[in-house]
Amino acid sequence: MTLVNVDKSVSAVKESPFSKFKSRWKAKLTVSGGLIYLGLLLFAFIILYPLYWMFISSFKSYDEIYNNVWSLPQVWHFENYTTAWSKGISSYFVNSLFVTISTIILVVLIGSMAAFVLSRYRTKWIDIALIFMIGGLMMNPQVALIPLFEILSWANLINTHWALILSYVAFRLPLTIILIRAFFLSVPKELEESAIIDGCSEIGIYLRIYLPLSIPILITAVVLTAYFAWNEFMFATVFIDSTDLKTIPSGLMSFKDALRTDWGVLLAGMVIATIPMIILLIVLQKYLVRGLSEGSVKG
Amino acid sequence: MILKRIKIIPVLFLLPSLLFLGVFVYIPLIQNFYNSFFDFSVFSQSKEFVGFKHFIELFNDKVIVIALINNIKYAVISVIFQVFFALVLASILEDRLFRKFAPALRVIYFIPVMVSISVIALLFSFIYNPQMGLLNSFLELIHLEELAKPWLGNAETAIYSVIAMSQWQSIGFITMLFIVAIQKIPKELYEAAEIDGAGKVRNFFSITVPQVKETMFVNVLITVTGSILVFNEPYILTNGGPGVSSMTLSVHMYQLGFFKDNMGYASAVATLIFMLSAIFAITQIRISGTGKDD
Repeated sequence: MTLVNVDKSVSAVKESPFSKFKSRWKAKLTVSGGLIYLGLLLFAFIILYPLYWMFISSFKSYDEIYNNVWSLPQVWHFENYTTAWSKGISSYFVNSLFVTISTIILVVLIGSMAAFVLSRYRTKWIDIALIFMIGGLMMNPQVALIPLFEILSWANLINTHWALILSYVAFRLPLTIILIRAFFLSVPKELEESAIIDGCSEIGIYLRIYLPLSIPILITAVVLTAYFAWNEFMFATVFIDSTDLKTIPSGLMSFKDALRTDWGVLLAGMVIATIPMIILLIVLQKYLVRGLSEGSVKG
Repeated sequence: MILKRIKIIPVLFLLPSLLFLGVFVYIPLIQNFYNSFFDFSVFSQSKEFVGFKHFIELFNDKVIVIALINNIKYAVISVIFQVFFALVLASILEDRLFRKFAPALRVIYFIPVMVSISVIALLFSFIYNPQMGLLNSFLELIHLEELAKPWLGNAETAIYSVIAMSQWQSIGFITMLFIVAIQKIPKELYEAAEIDGAGKVRNFFSITVPQVKETMFVNVLITVTGSILVFNEPYILTNGGPGVSSMTLSVHMYQLGFFKDNMGYASAVATLIFMLSAIFAITQIRISGTGKDD
């Protein structure tokens, strides 16, 4: 009996500074907290339901989508996915993969090289170059659309994947350079000094010191570029005309026109287009959030 | 010898970036200004100089006014939902009361950001569909049939339906930016306020808001710039219609250039878009201190 009491008083002493607040919070939880919980869940439902509906309806036939909007499929039409894949999504998917990977390689390679120089040297010319790169952020794809179309037509690149890759690289470089440069600035100078003493060349310092130390920021740059290139719509629509070369965002539009009312197949195509980005979100969440918040530029 | 090597490497390393930005970003910008003074077509190489004709046209174009108003509606509604609502949402998610569920909710709210805009727009064309659409079916379900309408086919509701979809997609993005900012606020500030007996609402206004002021400003700028440029959402959902009721500046520019083949005037519209967005972009670059050494 006494022991229990002592125990209780010990725990009371332990908690004392906060116990008052705790109980007050508990009281709040029951009233306003509960309402807020409800609001949060409702908002989560509003976000998730359309996506859930897209997924479920992708197994339905047209009649069922039209007549039973809310219900689960009576017959699960798994073949919607194989139909979608063979009717065009496979080629859009491969095209997107090619464009995205090429863009990533070029952006990260070229961007990190520029960031390396911009973080290590301080001269008037370097400052001008830095302003030139940052100034690129002011420009937006909408304004460049017509002149880029002219330039790419002149270079005979319209209706090729390079029209997309080159434009994507140019528009992603400023942000990538800024992100990587900021990270490079934090690389300790002692490391490179000892490397120089060991006879390491400039390229060696870039390859053996800066790049390996900067893997996290490079992953961030890769994720941001992937997110942009996989989802970019306007250039993909205007610069590519032939259905065989289209990437997923623009391809889905011609897919929709070609299918007319084959909604189940269209929805299956939409789900396929979404999966890689959801995987990216789940696997590389940390890098993505970091990049988006440091870059603070909408995709 | 050493001096020479040091000078060559920086040039070699910078050259690709300078070329890319020069050819695909800066030349198009200059060329767009230049094009604004000419009449030309997509198919022909010849350009006819017309002076300021296209800029004068801008002032007499009724569609520009409608588009500008729509862009402003986009901006105002987006700032309310994506900045103010997202800030409240972020601070609720960061409160310890909701610690258990916050990580899951954060990811859920962020999912639409990752989904391609064409997928989202196609999905919302199902939601807004007048016959089988989810929205009208839902209104029927809760016996509010009289509110059901062809959301995208009605000139009054088209632009708001497009804007609503953008909010659905982007709130999670801005919320995430605020969460990152709130996590940087020193915890002692809140602990001190607790001891003083300040309530949560009071904490929100006297600690959270002042501490994330800079992020808030940047987020307003991002949102407003995005609203001035907005193209994908109205283009896919309504293509500016019905009529020109949901036209935005970028969609107008695209249609003028690639459908009406009036490239010169389209360039003048692009110049207008550039001027409007550049003001906000420059402010944002200055404020976020991009390129500063620390």
